[in-house]
Amino acid sequence: MDVRFEILRFDPARDAKPHWEDYTVELEPTDRVLDGLEKIKGERDGSIGYRRSCAHGVCGSDAMKINGRNRLACKVLIRSVRQPIRIEPMMGFTVHKDLLVDMEPFFKKYRSIRPYLIEASERPDAERLQSPENREKFDDTTKCILCGACTTSCPSFWADPNYVGPAAIVQAHRFIFDSRDEGKEERLKILNEREGVWACRTVFNCVDACPRGIQVTRAIGEVKQALTRGKVD
Amino acid sequence: MSLYRGGIGQWAWLLHRLSGLGVLLFLVIHILDTALVLWGADLYNRVIAIYRMPIFGIGEIGLFAAVLFHALNGIRVVAVDFRPAWSVYHKQMFQAVVVLFFLIFIPVAVIMTGHILEGMHG
Repeated sequence: MDVRFEILRFDPARDAKPHWEDYTVELEPTDRVLDGLEKIKGERDGSIGYRRSCAHGVCGSDAMKINGRNRLACKVLIRSVRQPIRIEPMMGFTVHKDLLVDMEPFFKKYRSIRPYLIEASERPDAERLQSPENREKFDDTTKCILCGACTTSCPSFWADPNYVGPAAIVQAHRFIFDSRDEGKEERLKILNEREGVWACRTVFNCVDACPRGIQVTRAIGEVKQALTRGKVD
Repeated sequence: MSLYRGGIGQWAWLLHRLSGLGVLLFLVIHILDTALVLWGADLYNRVIAIYRMPIFGIGEIGLFAAVLFHALNGIRVVAVDFRPAWSVYHKQMFQAVVVLFFLIFIPVAVIMTGHILEGMHG
């Protein structure tokens, strides 16, 4: 079947501002939006810029705005979206070219919450054991693939690019609620700042945008509660 | 660039903001008109009489709608913040807000409209 795409193109070397361009390519209804982009890039216009790597919803490279909502292009079936399929870069990031955005500020915030196991006390001789109940507390937030779909769907982030954003909070949640980690206080202190969890206005766009189905607003709420009560339980 | 097509949560948040700003605007005007009493009863009474015009009656119904929505959705926002596990049901909670809103708003709006019509004819 013929599938019509409208892609927001922008080349900072040539264009003053972004503009829409139309492409029609032959695809199967069971193809993904990413297959469409590959076909356009391969057969029509090799100059289109976008990221993709695994193409199977695991690496999180191809998050973009598809028909107004953040999605992974490799997970969206052609038959499940209305035509023309309008594709734009994620909002709130600087556009390098077309759908390629500068992810560095995003990863800087990710690093700011220290996304690794912190040990304060003596290193144990054996492995650190954890009960299934304790593991369950942060199971949901281990699924994050850092695609950026949640952060760039968030009105608080659009309004304040310094807001740490849902993705970094999800990553912090993964360690704050891990019984083996000893860096909770430090992370909670970072998230208690003006640009931390309190900028969340429970808009729920992040939950809809997350390709891994993470209950992002719930995770942020749990961090807010940990800060309010002064304890993680 | 096009608008972000958020779901129920985004529209609930936007309505919450707009109704909040509307109520704030009323409060500012209300503080100013009440302050007029400092210049004497006569000026105060003359300004307050303007509020009896039907257009302000309609505005009052709008004010009631804004306060009511802001209060009901505010409870939803507080519930989500204090009981994160409930956030999974935020859409159902918004549907409950809408149902409660109309259950309270319609009878009150009918009574208020009655008052406006009485004021026009009486």
